[in-house]
Amino acid sequence: MTAIRVGHLYPDYLNIYADRGNIAVLSRRADWRGHELEVTALGLEDVVVPGEHDLYYVGGGQDREQVLVAEDLVRKAGQLHEAVAGGAAVLAVCGGYQLLGRSYRGFHGEDMPGIGLLPLETVAGERRMIGDVLIECELEPGEKRTLAGFENHAGRTRLDPGAEPLGRVLAGFGNDGESGFEGCRAGRVIGTYLHGPLLPRNAWLADWLLAQALGHRTGGEPLELEPLPDGLEGRAHEVSSGRARARGGRFD
Amino acid sequence: MRRPRPPLGLEIAAARGVAALSRRVGAGGGTTIPGKLLAQLDRDAIDRLAAGLTEGTALVSATNGKTTTAAMTAEILRPGHRLAHNAAGANLVSGVASALLAARDAELGLFEVDEGALPELMRRLQPRAVCLGNLFRDQLDRYGELELVAERWRAAVDGLPRQAQLVYNADDPQLAAVSEGHPGGVAFGLDDARVARPALQHAADSKYCVRCGTPYHYAAAYVGHLGDYRCPRGHHARPPLEVAARDIALHGLERAAFLLDTPEGSRRIELRLPGLYNVYNAVAAAALARALGTGLDEIGAGLERFSAAFGRFERVAVGDKGILLLLIKNPAGANEVIRTLVDGDPPSLLVVALNDEIADGRDVSWIWDVDFEPLLPGLGRLIASGGRAAELGLRFRYGGLDEDAIELVPDLENALDRGLELTPTGGELVLLPTYTAMLGLQRILSARRLARPYWERSG
Repeated sequence: MTAIRVGHLYPDYLNIYADRGNIAVLSRRADWRGHELEVTALGLEDVVVPGEHDLYYVGGGQDREQVLVAEDLVRKAGQLHEAVAGGAAVLAVCGGYQLLGRSYRGFHGEDMPGIGLLPLETVAGERRMIGDVLIECELEPGEKRTLAGFENHAGRTRLDPGAEPLGRVLAGFGNDGESGFEGCRAGRVIGTYLHGPLLPRNAWLADWLLAQALGHRTGGEPLELEPLPDGLEGRAHEVSSGRARARGGRFD
Repeated sequence: MRRPRPPLGLEIAAARGVAALSRRVGAGGGTTIPGKLLAQLDRDAIDRLAAGLTEGTALVSATNGKTTTAAMTAEILRPGHRLAHNAAGANLVSGVASALLAARDAELGLFEVDEGALPELMRRLQPRAVCLGNLFRDQLDRYGELELVAERWRAAVDGLPRQAQLVYNADDPQLAAVSEGHPGGVAFGLDDARVARPALQHAADSKYCVRCGTPYHYAAAYVGHLGDYRCPRGHHARPPLEVAARDIALHGLERAAFLLDTPEGSRRIELRLPGLYNVYNAVAAAALARALGTGLDEIGAGLERFSAAFGRFERVAVGDKGILLLLIKNPAGANEVIRTLVDGDPPSLLVVALNDEIADGRDVSWIWDVDFEPLLPGLGRLIASGGRAAELGLRFRYGGLDEDAIELVPDLENALDRGLELTPTGGELVLLPTYTAMLGLQRILSARRLARPYWERSG
């Protein structure tokens, strides 16, 4: 048994789209394989110690909560960069994703600094991009998988030239409704607009993150996890994908 | 500028005709279509129909409980007033217009209003009284963020004429702040720390001081973020309550009682509805009825006559078994339904139906913010139903329910029959549907002649 250590950033502030569902999925799926998930809340003014966590999670929040945490996150930036350089994995969803870029200009023109863990910038637009969304990813060469979720964001996220998106949009808006890209990936760092929450209906990504975190924990390569039946997960993924194909967002 | 003119008789007759037709062909209750038609024929008709009400209008809005609060207020007022009331829950502009059309000789308009539609209806109807019940996170895909709704309400309250009565839930920090723009507002709330939660729930929304962002200290947290709060840095605190519920007694799934305290005096109220959330609805209805000039005895009698609003809490006999329908639609509301179930006799069999139509919210992530966990210890079987049954199954599975205990039956009618099959004779099957699933179940029950169609009920 290995304890996987998760640092959950700002759970009191960034939790709007049922982020605790993502944590529950990581926790149960670790447990079903005989590992323990230790989740530590990292709130305002808590100190991030590089090497102490194998996986960081940052959820979504309303603009008000996002402003409250943005400044604090910048104070943690150095430690987070060091942790990631040491092989820690990160999953950031929606508001958390925006804050991992270099900057976010909110709907009321407020500039929020980001921490530059992902090569991107975000500016809020007039119309929110709301709806079911389906993307295709290839996190490991030759392994194409889909992620189904729901998006609801005013932010338009632009990746730097050469940056790797998390996936290609099959249905829905994605980062900006134009580029055809969704999310961003840099090594073990993943940022995405997909909530729903993301992991219950996309269990393969939960397992990928757990494998990366175990790799960090044991100081080696990502560990293989034994497969689970995932009948319900598969059904939910199928329904959610169908919704995205039938009614995913697009600009008229 | 166009001169005001009375609505054309022809337009009104046409719109009323559509209502009758809608019911005859079984398309529904004609609770929104006539209003939509009237709006197309004449955009200002609703303003002029409302202007014809000699006693004016009163509006009730909230994320949770607006249908029940408005229905309770209607029960209190009905002996003394002829009402135009949208009892079937059609609460957009078209629904209010339809209710106005249907009530030909009404004196007083009493309308529950959708949170998003409140600013427009306040502007157009120039209400005599407005009751603001609560704001919780709900259907973010439809309403946007909570702050945005609060901002729009604030602007609407600022535009309210001085003489209008504003009745607001002071236990909700957002609403207390919103209501500061209208001097003389009536604050209502709960005052009984014995029924408070030990801590703020996971789904609590407005838990940071509206002025400085510091987390509030709660002397008592009742439902979600509703409670007796104060900013530790002294920037904001719950205003004194003018109408309060004290000495609250909750009797599981059966009923609730409290002492209604008003400037006019106090009176014990025995509700025929269960749950702390219904105590909130009752104290809101009492405060609104008072603002409309009703005395304490009439308020008490009305509240004690009231049984339930459409679909919110419904018991139906099916042969030698019973069905209990409890609507769930967002985390705060669902948590209260679950608390009430757990306080009673927690069910060992449960049907939960999750749909994702527009009226349910297309984003189903909210089920992960609901605290279903207190139900799990006694739960032997979950029948997960509705269009998003699998997602619901996952919610319970990752909450800790054994996968073998979860049965996926997406079709509502099959889920109902399967649930009844597993219910012992003399037992009661508990169903928790989202809004359109509740309508679907009502249709099934009414086709089996077990319940009356919703448009035939007085509320």
